[in-house]
Amino acid sequence: MISARDLSIGYRNKSGDTCIASTINLEIEEGELVGLIGVNGVGKSTLLRSLSGVQPYLKGEVSILNKNLHKLSSEELAKTISVVLTEQPISKNLSVSELIALGRQPYTNWIGSLSKDDRNKIQNAIELVNIEDLKDKKCFELSDGQLQKVLIARALAQDTPFIILDEPTTHLDMYHQAYVLKLLKKLTTETNKSILFATHEINLALQLCDKIIIMEKDKVTAGSPHELIEKNAFSNIFPSDLIYFDNESVSFKIRT
Amino acid sequence: MPYSAKYKGLLLLLFILVCLTALINLSLGSVDIPLKDIFNILFTKGVTQESWQYIILEYRLPKVFTAIFTGSGLAVSGLLMQTLFRNPLAGPYVLGLSSGASLGVAIVIMGASVFGAGTAALLLSKWSLVIASSLGSLLVLLAVLLASAKLRDTMAILIIGLMFASLTAAVVSVLAYFSPAAQLQQYIFWSFGSLGNLSWQEVSILAIFWFLGTILAIFCIKNLNTLLLGENYARSLGVKISTNRFIIIIATSLLAGSITAFAGPIAFVGLAVPHLIRQVIPTNDHKILLPAVIFGGAILMLACDIAAQMPGTEYTLPINAITSLIGAPVVIWLLIRKRKFIF
Repeated sequence: MISARDLSIGYRNKSGDTCIASTINLEIEEGELVGLIGVNGVGKSTLLRSLSGVQPYLKGEVSILNKNLHKLSSEELAKTISVVLTEQPISKNLSVSELIALGRQPYTNWIGSLSKDDRNKIQNAIELVNIEDLKDKKCFELSDGQLQKVLIARALAQDTPFIILDEPTTHLDMYHQAYVLKLLKKLTTETNKSILFATHEINLALQLCDKIIIMEKDKVTAGSPHELIEKNAFSNIFPSDLIYFDNESVSFKIRT
Repeated sequence: MPYSAKYKGLLLLLFILVCLTALINLSLGSVDIPLKDIFNILFTKGVTQESWQYIILEYRLPKVFTAIFTGSGLAVSGLLMQTLFRNPLAGPYVLGLSSGASLGVAIVIMGASVFGAGTAALLLSKWSLVIASSLGSLLVLLAVLLASAKLRDTMAILIIGLMFASLTAAVVSVLAYFSPAAQLQQYIFWSFGSLGNLSWQEVSILAIFWFLGTILAIFCIKNLNTLLLGENYARSLGVKISTNRFIIIIATSLLAGSITAFAGPIAFVGLAVPHLIRQVIPTNDHKILLPAVIFGGAILMLACDIAAQMPGTEYTLPINAITSLIGAPVVIWLLIRKRKFIF
């Protein structure tokens, strides 16, 4: 579905390239829920941006549905990958249904009128995320958790086989973190979409994801939670002085 | 959208208000002309009195059209800037266009005394002011466009525009400092803004720029809506950010540049009308907002012109003062009444 071969990511400057991570190999299949974890500043967002085609990568190849990512036009890309970003300057004056309707942008005509099909897709997205009751609210009336659901519905309305989310659980309480991630899990099984998200909720990700990508300073490891636990891959993510990974409970514990 | 019917009603209401204020505007002036005769002159060409026909067709009607184009054009460019920069304080002036125009005019009016008498010969015909202010805004526009081609960050363009504005303002003050009182006064009169004194020929040039700018804005409607999600989302939805930004800046410049050239640096309308309209029509959909802002700008400008003529007296106040005198309290009142300002 989407695969990266020998990928190097980073920034191009006049004075040369700044490489953030290199020799990344990963594969995401149809209908998989994949969590991307790693410490702050390791390059999770850069990897997500590179995979979503927003930022050019330095080396290697990313292919999506057997096509080279950089050969896709911006319109094709918008019909292939949708994103959910946090902390964006979204106009809070938009109503929920207006915001979700903007997901149909790649499909609408020059002035953006919604066709019957567009309306159906929007309604479908609203039902999948179960926010029927929020439809007519304005975004400034929503809680963080509700807004996150609305943003996910917008991505669903964009009707792409692949969805990328950058830290969808930030600012949410534990219940809503679980709610959002379970929702993502439900979407992968019900719609067969592939979903990749970056998160700091490792304990939750371990319980729900089909695959985990661990990003460390010099290497990127990917595999199913079980494989990774067997390989002891979690023990080196963080400095070991404060927390450790407990294989038995499959979670991080505080050192006492 | 289920509520679009309601908005259509409001748009119709705004349009009727445009016609109404235009009509009041036509009937006001130092010569009293009955409404019935105005209709006759406008629609049937039946001449009641030669001088009335002249006053209406050659003086008041061009002024009404100037007010409509000026108000609506500034309002549209304000809306474009506020959405492009996602900033409620943005208006046409943020690109430095009015300041560029002011600099051009200041050089023509006051430059003679500073740079010597060489320029004095071609001074002070009205066209030289129009040309100077157009050149001034064009120059600033080119600088902003060059900067925007270099920059990825839209916010940086906003700051560069403001820097140009303060730079040109500084040059204007230096010029003003060295100018004799007569020239200074003339510059100040230009900066008051003026809707009258435009011939049909000038009004039609303004109209051409207005149509070009507005048509570009109409083609941006879809992308403007997407920009409400922020640039990153817009990009992920297939919007080509820099092309889109370029078109929006060109549209704004065509509108604000030509208006400043003909009517002077009219403040406030561009910034305020989009806010006023959002209070009346609580939507962010530019399909509704754009026509609403066009009507709203025209109404505000016509109403300000009515007030400027101070019906019942023989004085006419500078339009630039009136737009702020009327507009600012209205915006303050509306915002306080709503208490919550969400952009």
